[in-house]
Amino acid sequence: MAEAAGPPAAATPLLSAATRERIRTACARYPAARSAALPALWAAQDQLGHVPPEAMAEVAAELGIGAAEVEAVATFYAMYFRRPPGRHFIQVCTNVSCALRGAEGLLRHLEERLGIPDGGTTLDGAFTLESTVECLGACGGAPALQVDRYSHEDCTPDRVDRLLERLRAEPGPTGAPR
Amino acid sequence: MAAEELRILTRHLGAPGVTGLPGYEAVGGYRSLRRALGMTPEAITAEVKASGLRGRGGAAFPTATKWGFLPQDVFPRYLCVNADESEPGCFKDRVLLEELPHQLLEGTLIAAVALQASHAFLYVRGEYRAPRELLDRCVAEAYRAGYAGQGVAGSRFGCELVVHGGAGAYICGEETALLDSLEGLRGQPRLKPPFPAVRGLYGQPTVVNNVETLSNLPYIIEHGGAAYAALGTEASPGTRLFCVSGHVERPGTFEVPMGHTTFRDLIALAGGVRTGHVLKAMQPGGGSMQVLGPEHLDLALDFKAVADAGSSLGAGALVVMDETTCMVDVSMRLVDFYHHESCGKCVPCREGTYFESRLMHRLEAGLASADELLTLADICEHMEGRCFCPLGDTATWFVMSAYRRFADEFRAHCGAGCCPVRAAAEAAA
Ligand SMILES: Cc1cc2nc3c(=O)[nH]c(=O)nc-3n(C[C@H](O)[C@H](O)[C@H](O)COP(=O)(O)O)c2cc1C
Repeated sequence: MAEAAGPPAAATPLLSAATRERIRTACARYPAARSAALPALWAAQDQLGHVPPEAMAEVAAELGIGAAEVEAVATFYAMYFRRPPGRHFIQVCTNVSCALRGAEGLLRHLEERLGIPDGGTTLDGAFTLESTVECLGACGGAPALQVDRYSHEDCTPDRVDRLLERLRAEPGPTGAPR
Repeated sequence: MAAEELRILTRHLGAPGVTGLPGYEAVGGYRSLRRALGMTPEAITAEVKASGLRGRGGAAFPTATKWGFLPQDVFPRYLCVNADESEPGCFKDRVLLEELPHQLLEGTLIAAVALQASHAFLYVRGEYRAPRELLDRCVAEAYRAGYAGQGVAGSRFGCELVVHGGAGAYICGEETALLDSLEGLRGQPRLKPPFPAVRGLYGQPTVVNNVETLSNLPYIIEHGGAAYAALGTEASPGTRLFCVSGHVERPGTFEVPMGHTTFRDLIALAGGVRTGHVLKAMQPGGGSMQVLGPEHLDLALDFKAVADAGSSLGAGALVVMDETTCMVDVSMRLVDFYHHESCGKCVPCREGTYFESRLMHRLEAGLASADELLTLADICEHMEGRCFCPLGDTATWFVMSAYRRFADEFRAHCGAGCCPVRAAAEAAA
């Protein structure tokens, strides 16, 4: 479908009715609606794949707070994307427990297989690879990585190759709604 | 005697269907909640006091004492379950979330009864997506079965359970930053006092407890505080779930009675140091804590014994490092973590971790001069005790303890043009 480039006019909201419904349900669960800022940003990101400024403004309107307040929150937390990453977001843990069990080798293997450096996205937009991530709490299965926030442990090169094959066949991010 | 686990907290781990409500009820689940509903809040708190339970989130604060700080007659009150587990080397709360989610919910509800809390917010780190999805399903089951919401288990007590997902910020594990995050703000710590018990979420009395702390409550109510206290030692009552990772044969979590178990036992439970290698160093407590060495292997896992050795049991981790490990590299990774996670609120932490990280990268690459080691010590000295919250202090503890213990290794990096430890390993291979 042909669509104009650039941000859409304010008249066509980015957030779907379903996303707005999710945000309103979240607001009702807290002593004050603004508590739903994080769940609302998650809802926006689930729908859009990232959170552009226009979406932040719409979230702010739903919560009844200022757009700048939502932007302050969205930019503080590492897991909200301001630009869309690849279809699958691969995060390799290189903190101590994983490093002691071969995380650097795993990262190099992925760079080689995907043909991109740490921090890059493949040309076909299928994968973004990153190693600046908190300890994933998967030290018992080190080295570990996450794909779309689902954890994969005891990652040998063989297993990772099979995982990549599976992911290539998936049409969207793992666990995406609808 | 061979080291053995003592499964109290994990007694139902692996029972058929125990991650679902029917499976959990089949092993006696939610009986303790029913019992608690028949007790006065004071009686529940007294039982927890008798158990000697101390917080498992890192600070080891006595749980009943914390509960006792709530001002009388101020309502509503809130309970926050800290499932932000982000301390490097820690993965015990994740095991409890993934394997025994209803035990956590039962413990949460028991605490809510004791505190007369109207809401319990479960703050789950954003990276724990699968555990969070399971928790969502369990909360829905608890509502359907009448264990949550209005009239918990047919009583007149009501409590809403709300699962709240974080979004990638270690600092939100700090209890006041968690509260700000729950209020929809940037997760930055608040000045204490007032403590959350007095002025917490939206200014109301609030208790923040760790996942493991709360998961102990069903046992304590079922068997009595005294029975729980008898499991450990007087100073370190009960059992604890330790996370062993790094250079061991079988990394994992192991539940052991405190005080009666040593670091050596814990490493043995994890299959020992990996075959053909010897222990060089260990980090207990998580990424924040000071390094220990082979001479500490026979220390008891006891709050005081480990503190006397200059470290801490912290959040129950143990990272094992063998002779191939470069202590500069390990220090650099931890410093990088704190640099990335510094919330930016106070200057000593925000700037200190930046300079620390830059210097450690130069050192690990063999590019730093010997003088820069003095600068490192200087930076750390200007951070410790001068930051707004403990994050900045802890960003200095491991690296400085490693520098003191492995000074020669640090010095050998200066001007070497590469990492000498890695170079030696590559030459040997
Ligand atoms: C930087 C920082 C990070 C923390 N992260 C966690 C965490 O991830 N989980 C946790 O339970 N406690 C964490 N804590 C400790 C909490 O502030 C608080 O003491 C704890 O949740 C209280 O629960 P407890 O009394 O049951 O241990 C952290 C503290 C600091 C200073």
